[in-house]
Amino acid sequence: MTRLIPLREMILAGAILGLLLVIASRFSGFVAPGNLVNVFNDTAPLIILALGQMVVILTRCIDLSVAANLALTGMVCAMINVALPELPISVILVIAALLGALMGAINGLLVWKLAIPPIVVTLGTMTIFRGVIFLISNGKWVNSHEMSASFTGFPRAEILGLPVLSWTAVLAVLTFALMMARTPFGRSIFAVGGNPHAAVYTGINVGKTQCLAFVLSGALAGLTGYLWVARYAVAYVDIAGGFELEVVAACVIGGISIAGGVGSVAGAVLGALFLGVVKNALPVVNISPFWQLAISGSAILIAVAFNARAGRTKGRIILKSADTSS
Amino acid sequence: MTDAPAPSRHIPDRLNSRLARLLRSWEVLLLAVAVAIFVVNCFASPYFLNAWNLSDATFNFTEKAMIAFAMALLIIAGEIDLSVASIIALASTAMGLAVQYGAGTAELVGISLAVGLMCGAFNAVFVTVLGLPSIVVTIGTMSLFRGISYIILGDDAFRGYPASFAWFGQGYIVWVITVEMLFFVVFAVIYGVVLHRTNFGRAVYAIGNNPTSALFSGIRVQRVKFILFLLTGVMSGFAALCLTSRLGSTRPSIASGMELEVVTMVVLGGVNILGGSGSIPGVVIAAFVMGLVTFGLGLLNVPGIVMSVFIGLLLIGVIALPRLWAMLAKGSAI
Repeated sequence: MTRLIPLREMILAGAILGLLLVIASRFSGFVAPGNLVNVFNDTAPLIILALGQMVVILTRCIDLSVAANLALTGMVCAMINVALPELPISVILVIAALLGALMGAINGLLVWKLAIPPIVVTLGTMTIFRGVIFLISNGKWVNSHEMSASFTGFPRAEILGLPVLSWTAVLAVLTFALMMARTPFGRSIFAVGGNPHAAVYTGINVGKTQCLAFVLSGALAGLTGYLWVARYAVAYVDIAGGFELEVVAACVIGGISIAGGVGSVAGAVLGALFLGVVKNALPVVNISPFWQLAISGSAILIAVAFNARAGRTKGRIILKSADTSS
Repeated sequence: MTDAPAPSRHIPDRLNSRLARLLRSWEVLLLAVAVAIFVVNCFASPYFLNAWNLSDATFNFTEKAMIAFAMALLIIAGEIDLSVASIIALASTAMGLAVQYGAGTAELVGISLAVGLMCGAFNAVFVTVLGLPSIVVTIGTMSLFRGISYIILGDDAFRGYPASFAWFGQGYIVWVITVEMLFFVVFAVIYGVVLHRTNFGRAVYAIGNNPTSALFSGIRVQRVKFILFLLTGVMSGFAALCLTSRLGSTRPSIASGMELEVVTMVVLGGVNILGGSGSIPGVVIAAFVMGLVTFGLGLLNVPGIVMSVFIGLLLIGVIALPRLWAMLAKGSAI
């Protein structure tokens, strides 16, 4: 089992490289370093959210509310900026992460304390969060001219040739790689997803771990919410609509088992990069962007069929949460 | 809690009477909610208690409920289909395409149901033959099916459906009873009988409770699941027929987000999302509850997106409250 995991990621990395080579053979401009940086920057939000989703899926849950969380936090940040243009960006970053974490905690507490299936909880909160955006904004847009220059400038500021948005993703990847492999919390996430009953006997609080996973996913979504709104310099009700599926797709393509317990940071990142490369390559190779949805759908199906061989023995207890609350 | 030995359980010396069980059932609770919403609506808006308005309001749920019946069986059997709204988009696109080549109403009906059936079969093959988790497969096909619609249509829309085609979504049987309402009732009865009165229905429950033991008691688990996916696909095709007929045009974004409303309806109807329990009467009442909430709020000029907040709260609330109640009743043993 452990030997299969690196292999799977190698294959995915190979697929991405192959894809890049095919595109490069016809359109060499696509693989120019400058363009690759653009592609990475464009994929950065997906990478960040995929990391959070990975943790949630590893604990046998699923978080469908991330895109709504992102949009709501983004709107709140934009409105704060309009009201208080002098507020430093660091404060906004803290507010964004805390607000996102709070929404994640709502999901997590409902899953932990009331043992409601995660898919039901997050389906509900997804629509609720979207509606709340409408309520606080009255359906109005916050446009770029209303935002302060420092607010919109932050994610685009370049450090060593890479925008802050990309650096955030890099930082998140490194933090998560360290956390999953080297901290008790990271290991307990695998334990909870791998076998909840055994996790209880080793003294891990399953519900609490799942709740923390939601908080983590929410905090990342909140943080991305600010970065997203600032980067595109617009906030409205429907931003990132349907993005939650893209995030789940990145995880599935990256080989994270929806049954929990199997997956890696590298997988989530590669899954996100694969979708990002496809998305950015379509206009270059002159395929209508309308193909993107069908392509990512096919990619999910192929990836899940491919990964199934590794997870066959795990059974298909997809929607069941750990029935061992504390 | 599973690690502690079970404390001395209270063992009842008699079973609850039928009436007591009925009164405590989910369906009765839900019915009470529906009646309460109805009464509140009557006071909230003078336009509510009008036969034609109420007839119009049924469109809020009839199409979704048709899918919800099949989805209820699927969820009871422990699977889920998140691609239903995308099947509607694909079936509607196929119908629109056929109209460009001069298809009549009869052909359109056939095409819609056939596309639904094929999409259902596609899902079923991945889930039952390849043994993949249905939630991932249908998240994939959700993108794929709608993606194909986008490839065919792009920014365009199909119009020009034949006049007789309008009957499905705009026709009336007698007075205020719409054609869709008739189909809703017919399907409710069919699915109710199938689930609660046939061997097939018993097999669905058995699979949802324990697929392995169902297999050992002689139920062809994969075949039943295959049929359930086909049914969900066909019902989505039928809903596409009604929706397209009602709207009179097809865009690739048609019915987007409807899968969530269908799942909400099913869960609100008391079907356990983990499989194994639920009933068709529950789903029928849930359909009315959702329809009444949407319609009542609509009369009060509440925008659609705010209604979805109520639907979301309803979904979490109806599941959370009984559990919260049970926790408090236990004297917060945790």
